[in-house]
Amino acid sequence: MSAAADHPPLEEQIGQWRAYLRRRRAITGPDVEELEAHLRDQVGALIQAGLAEDEAFLIAVKRLGSLDALSREFAREHSERLWKQLVMAPDGDAAPATATRIETLVMLALAAAAAVAIKIPGLFGLELVDRNGPFYARNASLFVLPFVTAYFVWKRRMAPRHWVWLAVAFVAAAVVVNTFPFARGTTGPSHTEALCALHLPIALGLVVGIAYVGGRWFEGGGRMNFVRFSGELFIYYVLIALGGGVLTAFTIMMFEAIGMKAEWIAQQWLIPCGAMGAVIVGSWLVEAKQSVIENMAPVLTRLFTPLFTIVLLVFLATMAWTRRPIDIQRNVLIAFDLLLVVVVGLVLYAASARDPEAPPNLFDRLQLLLIVSALVVDTVALFAIASRISEFGFTPNRVAALGENLILLVNLAWSAWLYAAFLRGRGAFRALEAWQTAYLPVYATWAALVVVLFPPLFRYV
Amino acid sequence: MDLGKDLVAASATPLVLAILAEGESYGYAIIKRVGELSKGHLQWTDGMLYPVLHRLERHGLVASQWRSSETGRRRKYYRLTKEGRTELEAERKRWQIVDATLNRIWMRACPA
Repeated sequence: MSAAADHPPLEEQIGQWRAYLRRRRAITGPDVEELEAHLRDQVGALIQAGLAEDEAFLIAVKRLGSLDALSREFAREHSERLWKQLVMAPDGDAAPATATRIETLVMLALAAAAAVAIKIPGLFGLELVDRNGPFYARNASLFVLPFVTAYFVWKRRMAPRHWVWLAVAFVAAAVVVNTFPFARGTTGPSHTEALCALHLPIALGLVVGIAYVGGRWFEGGGRMNFVRFSGELFIYYVLIALGGGVLTAFTIMMFEAIGMKAEWIAQQWLIPCGAMGAVIVGSWLVEAKQSVIENMAPVLTRLFTPLFTIVLLVFLATMAWTRRPIDIQRNVLIAFDLLLVVVVGLVLYAASARDPEAPPNLFDRLQLLLIVSALVVDTVALFAIASRISEFGFTPNRVAALGENLILLVNLAWSAWLYAAFLRGRGAFRALEAWQTAYLPVYATWAALVVVLFPPLFRYV
Repeated sequence: MDLGKDLVAASATPLVLAILAEGESYGYAIIKRVGELSKGHLQWTDGMLYPVLHRLERHGLVASQWRSSETGRRRKYYRLTKEGRTELEAERKRWQIVDATLNRIWMRACPA
């Protein structure tokens, strides 16, 4: 009998069994302890009856029942456990309560700071009214992103010699967008000013990203984690905004009931301060819940990839069948840019949730089909636009939209190539993931160029 | 003899309540007692006892407490509550009705 020597000692076996049990969502810590006490009693009794340790262990485990059946029974009794709760006060083995409390306080302070920041210009005569719209549009991201960055600088414990560069980036951005002598039209911001307002958040997104990964942009899966974070933040922000809308509606309605107009509270305080603070609260929520709740962005990606593919294919087929040319309107380029943004987003967030080691599956084929059909649609549109671009002239909007289109087109074309290689078994999925994450700074760089170079190039029109 | 899943499940509640009526106990000891009482005929999958205990606790029929046993290991002890005692009495009446009904027909149905 040499078998006994081959088996790990009892404690190790029980440890493994406990680890398996812990992974079941319906069975929590105290249940595991209760079942373990039972297992040990049973093993003890069997050993006393003359069995060897490993035999006793095997029989005791078998008598407890299969883990699947057991966790099913526990789930039936404790169905609430299948709904993971976002824990504000974590239990047991999570972070100690004081650390969580400090983080909550830091988050609240930063959210309050962002909410106050948007009111500060008001003290200097720049009230939050229509006539100051261009100022607030240019600076919108500067009221909130520095605080998000500060949160991650604090959370990742970045050294001052690292984060000082992030601060420099924000200061530089603030100086640039507020010293450019934009042309003052009668109707809202000038073209280059609007471009600045649109592109600054994208450029500064990279600064937030660098803080998010704690300054280690090129290490490990940091960049992909930032992608996951951004997708979840977007979803949380939309949810918070919906709640904020309900709160605003109730505020106005209730004061209306006692004959008071509360619109100004909503317009001057509730909405602007809430919109700023919610970004910080959202960031904190995403951080707090990342290990607790399934990511939503990839789920939405799975849902919409087939739908977008169908729409694109139907569109292509209709265009080929009816031979209708693309009607080149003013905004058609922007519309196709947005289409590519959506497709890149679908590819990016699908990649963020995919196990890179898994073999190709049907969803990967669908993604390739989506990319290819988007490429075809966009190429058709680009040809139509190119043939008439001289007619339109190179306005700042058109150059920016064209540049974005090319950047997205390059991304998707190479993604399609990598996907095809992966599907034919000639490449790894990691190559696609690496391509997508390596491409992130390109967006930010282009956005920065638009912010810094376009206004002087186009004489601030 | 195999009693079938439904019968085992149906008898679990009165059996556990009755065993706890003898005094407080814990999972492993309850299983052992079931084995003794049924002379080995009632074979439970051991783990399934715990969801039953948790359900009874949720309904307030038993109460639990973590305590160190004589061997120093922590165990969760269960005891019957007042509601549990009332429920045990009701269960007993139900099972007696079933038992009496079956008894009246057994002789005629299978006269072996």
